[in-house]
Amino acid sequence: MPTEVLMPALSPTMEKGNLAKWLKKEGDAIKSGDIIAEIETDKATMEFEATEDGTLGKILIPEGTADVAVNTPIAVILGDGEDKSSIKDAKPAPQAKPAAARSEKAEAKSETKPAPKSAPAKQAPETKVAADPDIPEGTEMVTMTMREALRDAMAEEMRRDKDVFVMGEEVAEYQGAYKVTQGLLQEFGDKRIIDTPITEHGFAGLGIGAALAGLKPIVEFMTFNFAMQAMDQLINSAAKTLYMSGGQMGCQIVFRGPNGPAARVAAQHSQDYSSWYSHIPGLKVITPSNAADAKGLLKAAIRDLNPVIFLENELLYGHSSPVPKLDDFVLPIGKARIARAGNDVTIVAWSMGMKYAMEAADELAKDGIDAEVIDLRTLKPMDTDTIVASVQKTGRCVTVEEGWAQSGVGAEIAARLMERAFDYLDAPVARVTGKEVPMPYAANLEKLALPSTAEVVEAAKAVSYR
Amino acid sequence: MAVAKSEGQKSPGIEANGQATPVANFSKDEELTAYRTMLTIRRFEEKAGQMYGMGLIGGFCHLYIGQEAVVVGMQMTLKKGDEVITGYRDHGHMIATGMDPKGVMAELTGRTHGYSKGKGGSMHMFSVEKGFFGGHGIVGAQVPIGTGLAFANRYRGNDNISLTYFGDGAANQGQVYESFNMAELWKLPVIYVIENNRYAMGTSSSRSSAETNLSRRGLSFKIPGEQVDGMDVRAVKAAGSKAAEWCRAGKGPYILEMLTYRYRGHSMSDPAKYRTREEVEEVRSHHDPIDMARARIIEKKFAKEDELKKIDVEVRDLINQASEFATHDPEPDASELWTNVYR
Repeated sequence: MPTEVLMPALSPTMEKGNLAKWLKKEGDAIKSGDIIAEIETDKATMEFEATEDGTLGKILIPEGTADVAVNTPIAVILGDGEDKSSIKDAKPAPQAKPAAARSEKAEAKSETKPAPKSAPAKQAPETKVAADPDIPEGTEMVTMTMREALRDAMAEEMRRDKDVFVMGEEVAEYQGAYKVTQGLLQEFGDKRIIDTPITEHGFAGLGIGAALAGLKPIVEFMTFNFAMQAMDQLINSAAKTLYMSGGQMGCQIVFRGPNGPAARVAAQHSQDYSSWYSHIPGLKVITPSNAADAKGLLKAAIRDLNPVIFLENELLYGHSSPVPKLDDFVLPIGKARIARAGNDVTIVAWSMGMKYAMEAADELAKDGIDAEVIDLRTLKPMDTDTIVASVQKTGRCVTVEEGWAQSGVGAEIAARLMERAFDYLDAPVARVTGKEVPMPYAANLEKLALPSTAEVVEAAKAVSYR
Repeated sequence: MAVAKSEGQKSPGIEANGQATPVANFSKDEELTAYRTMLTIRRFEEKAGQMYGMGLIGGFCHLYIGQEAVVVGMQMTLKKGDEVITGYRDHGHMIATGMDPKGVMAELTGRTHGYSKGKGGSMHMFSVEKGFFGGHGIVGAQVPIGTGLAFANRYRGNDNISLTYFGDGAANQGQVYESFNMAELWKLPVIYVIENNRYAMGTSSSRSSAETNLSRRGLSFKIPGEQVDGMDVRAVKAAGSKAAEWCRAGKGPYILEMLTYRYRGHSMSDPAKYRTREEVEEVRSHHDPIDMARARIIEKKFAKEDELKKIDVEVRDLINQASEFATHDPEPDASELWTNVYR
């Protein structure tokens, strides 16, 4: 019986991909293991192997087709003695079976870590960049992904300052494990876009040394999970040297990369470090939720004279949103943004938490609760004034974060509100957080471990006594 | 040149002296300058020890007494724009780079005119002007940072080098090897100076290191290394010059293992029960870098006894002034608590 070849999911976050090229044509004999097509995912262009012997009977999706959903039939392979007339009976090939089996069989030639896997558990938030006072009125907006915005920010800063360079694992030849540095090697060369060995502690320290000598490194961690290896350098060397030198010697450096739970990669690759870094005097911590903030704040971070921890989110990289078309769009560090104005309850979030916050606000509106959503954008220094002003209006506050509750950023916000807005609070501050367990792998358990829109809605109603 | 030996090290100085150790041929000026600087470090550290005993210096205080020839000899190989970085036993390095003993001592006492305004202390001092990049309190952390200083030189295309010091204890930290790999991979101009004073705090190198010949620690990264008589300032200078030339020529990093000895404990609170009094005495009486330099100067008739006495008095005066300054300099203003966190 003819078998259908389905569009494979080649990364943990892939929902669709581009069929870049067919390497076989209809009528070609195919052996299991032959590379039959090139598929462009959100991270890389990957070679796609056949898992069946036979003849390529029909190409269902022509090359050059963009945004082909995972599991869409893209071709039909005919077995011995079959001809095109049997194509209508085609059944999905083995590689199209459930996720786990597929990842082993449809072996894409990829060394991306984490390994290719099933469809994502979450979708990117639909954050809208609304009326940011930092964007001049009437500015033309261009829609781009967060990934492109980050890349553009680095490229622009590298063009204006020769002391800025990028180093990290797979940032150059590979074009970035998450494609964030795509094209930079081609424009700037290998002197300024530097592939490092897998040596986080070492290259973090090396970057700090280069910064102490006056260069302006952008150090990419493939994910912040791996930055724990470098923690001593980040805190003891980067954050404290200015103080310990009585202001003589500082460290202008950006450490950036994806932070927070990704999809189905389990405990060691799914952790939110927001509260860890925002605990440290001497560091600035930035957590954008959309493309415009990512661009404006990364440019600001690169220019900032201090060490900046720039926490991105893997699941947001492919999410598109409008970015102002300005020659030099730089946002202020340490300023929150009212993402949605409201009067009844304040929801404070950042990064991925904005997804839950904005969705919850929509839900709450249906019940007549008018929520104000604050996108914190920078965790340190924290824009306490904006939070306090909002709570003085609403009298209620819910915080949303993917990190754990104990000693979390939500706990800090609650304490600040107690200190500065105690008399305005009509209810105790509620926290929606990740559950205090290592992140489980199983899809259902992972979902339970993460915060959800429903939990934000519930918390907002609870503080509203509804 | 001091020859790399495949066996573990013995008493510092003994082996190297027993062989035809290449030593730099010092001029009168070089001998006298080196003598004066080594003596300045010795007197500074003795004074710091006294002041610690008087309660004027707090916290940790790691003295450099016995190791003076290492920094003084290495500093003689440097030129303007070169960088120096080390760990927490850093007073000698600072004096060798030309930092003012007053400012160093005032930092030890935690006062306003200390190099870090009193906010760094013994282990954390810096001088942009003198190219001294600290003063790092975490064992081994200075090694990737020093490698990064070399990276910056290479990035800028100058011929400056980074002198990255660490001890036999730090030589067992993982980040040292991460640094070695990158330094050789990218041919970074860094001299790794391993000051092997035979004890990582209280643990002798034979009890902590599978390979006690630390000059071989770069072998699997293809980094050349050699052992050097770190008690003879001339041997240090000779090895340092060769290594510096290697680095400046773009050939990558170089490892120098300085066989040296610290006379005092690891820190002020170390009773040093892990070694015998005889062991210390043996080195002090036969291999002291300052006594040896003094004897050479007399022998070569570079100076007479009374001229050397004059140097001794000048050095004592300089150190007394530093201690006087550091004792009476005011503590930092309370407002300094909040400055220099960000810039």
